[in-house]
Amino acid sequence: MLSADPLSRVLTIDLTTQKVAVDVRPDLVDAAIGGAGVAVQLLAERCPPDADPLGPENPIVLAVGPLVGLFPLAAKTVAMFKSPHTGNLGESHAGGRSAVAIRLAGYGAVVITGKSTRPVYLVIDGEKVLFRDASALWGLHSSATVGRVLRERESGTGHRSILRIGPAGEKGVSYAGVITETYRHFGRLGLGAVFGAKQLKAIVVSGRRALPVADPPAYRRAYDAVYQAAVASPAMRKYHDLGTPMNLLPLNALQALPTRNLQAASFDGAEAISGEAMAETFLGRRLACSHCPVACIHLAALRTPHPEEAYFYKTSMLGYDYELIYALGSLLGVADPAALLLLTDEVEAQGLDAISTGVVLAWTIEACERDLVSARDLDGVALRWGDADGCREAVRRIVSQPTDLYRAMARGVDAAAKTYGGGEFALAFGGNEMAGYHTGPVGYLGFLAGARHSHLDNAGYSIDQKRLAAGLPAIDDSIVDDVVAEESWRQVLASLSVCFFARGIYTPDVVCEALACCGVEASADSLRAIGTETLTRKWAFKKSCGFSLDSLGLPERIFETASPSGPIDRAGLVRLLARFAERVEEAV
Amino acid sequence: MTQRLSVVDVDRCVGCQLCIFACARREGHGGTAGARIDVRSAGGMRRGFLVIVCRACDDPPCARACPTGALVRRDGGGVRLATSLCTGCGACQTACPFGAIQSDESAKPLVCVYCGTCARYCPHGVLALEEIGRTSDVVG
Repeated sequence: MLSADPLSRVLTIDLTTQKVAVDVRPDLVDAAIGGAGVAVQLLAERCPPDADPLGPENPIVLAVGPLVGLFPLAAKTVAMFKSPHTGNLGESHAGGRSAVAIRLAGYGAVVITGKSTRPVYLVIDGEKVLFRDASALWGLHSSATVGRVLRERESGTGHRSILRIGPAGEKGVSYAGVITETYRHFGRLGLGAVFGAKQLKAIVVSGRRALPVADPPAYRRAYDAVYQAAVASPAMRKYHDLGTPMNLLPLNALQALPTRNLQAASFDGAEAISGEAMAETFLGRRLACSHCPVACIHLAALRTPHPEEAYFYKTSMLGYDYELIYALGSLLGVADPAALLLLTDEVEAQGLDAISTGVVLAWTIEACERDLVSARDLDGVALRWGDADGCREAVRRIVSQPTDLYRAMARGVDAAAKTYGGGEFALAFGGNEMAGYHTGPVGYLGFLAGARHSHLDNAGYSIDQKRLAAGLPAIDDSIVDDVVAEESWRQVLASLSVCFFARGIYTPDVVCEALACCGVEASADSLRAIGTETLTRKWAFKKSCGFSLDSLGLPERIFETASPSGPIDRAGLVRLLARFAERVEEAV
Repeated sequence: MTQRLSVVDVDRCVGCQLCIFACARREGHGGTAGARIDVRSAGGMRRGFLVIVCRACDDPPCARACPTGALVRRDGGGVRLATSLCTGCGACQTACPFGAIQSDESAKPLVCVYCGTCARYCPHGVLALEEIGRTSDVVG
């Protein structure tokens, strides 16, 4: 790392004492690049394993990598914390402008500790850190309003990021997220609840400094190679055209699209909510994260009439992507795209994670059908497959929590099923609600064993699809190695802050060349070693929190509904998981 | 032939800011410091973006406002900065109705040099370098 590069600077902000400190930690950057690699070390240093996730002792770590601000497609901030949803590793990545803003403010990582005595928001503007009173912002109905207010009140337009929570974070819903730039999220595992518990409503971060490079002509050449690859890539073109919802119809055709709480794996309403249909009827704008030529963020322009006043309309710009359409569409049987968009709008306003919310709602609808929950439990809300309006009412109550059922739903689908039954159709793995891929056993192995129980950890769902296309058996002994290798390499990308969509562009050779511009010598082997080490640190943190792969439950539902390769082989999946657990045991 | 930068289709801007990074890279570094172009949301990203460039005015108000003669009108339109004469008073920035003159850490103005690097790195056809007098005036 070049000596003038600010990547090794760690800004610590203590909300209890309102004290601020900057530590220079080249040791962390040298050992683990940046981003996820540095974040997991800071988490291990600052978070006691027995910390209450909603207590002042749980730190929030935000970290970025060396390629941020220097190369395209590297704009992900990694957040780490102890998750109030799973009780172990909390990790969530967001695009938008936060990574560039943190890096150009002059930091590689920001750590927020303690708890404020009253609602507060933070302004980080280069070297300046301000604690601002947020008591008047607390309780605002929508996360969007927080953004609007702070956009007007604070400076740095164009070069800042505004991270904020909605009511769900204030109320401690264990899967509340943090929203940035209105359309990007630290969605998963409850960072919003950790903000809320600290009485931290928002963070405004801005900066526009220069970043040094080792050799400017070599830097421009390396830059051009990445840029040209990005704009010429057919995969990137697809993300620009239809966005991630381009995957909906192929997954539906494959019979891998979870539908009505995975009672089926294809949806008769899929056409209506497909990426193609959404673009045709609603696409109103596309947006990019900082320094990304792709612009995969798709906004729908939805015109809705006022319920009472004639000729009075509002036009809302609502973000949509594959996971939202799955979780709040097919999984709930919602085939009306306008109703689906209004439901997503409510989830956004409340500041909830869309995937977890959809899975919780799907379980609740089925529990309702099976008379496991009563109308009284539901506070009179009628829930039926395909009825997005009823789901919107339920979403509000997940946050306001008028009954014990909603209080349980606010802690996730496993918590709800533990009290009310229906665990056999509660679609969570390792405590985290599943993403939209009923592709086969490797997808589920990925959910179960991935360090953050996310489909993005290791893309097991992609391995399923490749094996199916190649005519290979759904399960064989090499799979655990493949999954671990993919998850290890993704640690490298997440440490560099590279978007996983760009993994085909950032090959090991390209990464080494880019790092050389930052004055970092690396080889494909040294990178892989760092990836393995980072993943091992995550496993160690999870273990210290009491997590074990041995005790994970498997909902019966995934074996009842056939996957594209046929019914999932339970014994085979259990064997894979046991083998994975051995790998973890050997490493930690 | 005198050239200037033109925002030819602001509606296609996705806010990626590659133009800003490209301008900063000319100086031999990364980040956004030193960039002579700016992109910001038009009141939240839902409303799209403002792309702020120097439009190389025929009778530049910034040059007229400069008390030391540091900003000199360029033949054909636009200005050139004689850095040694600049006191960093900020009068040029105030005079530009577009806010197209940025400032660096020393408060000295950053003025577009009409090189077109930003346009070469705009992947969505928002920016172009045009010959003055050839095409219609478009400002986004």
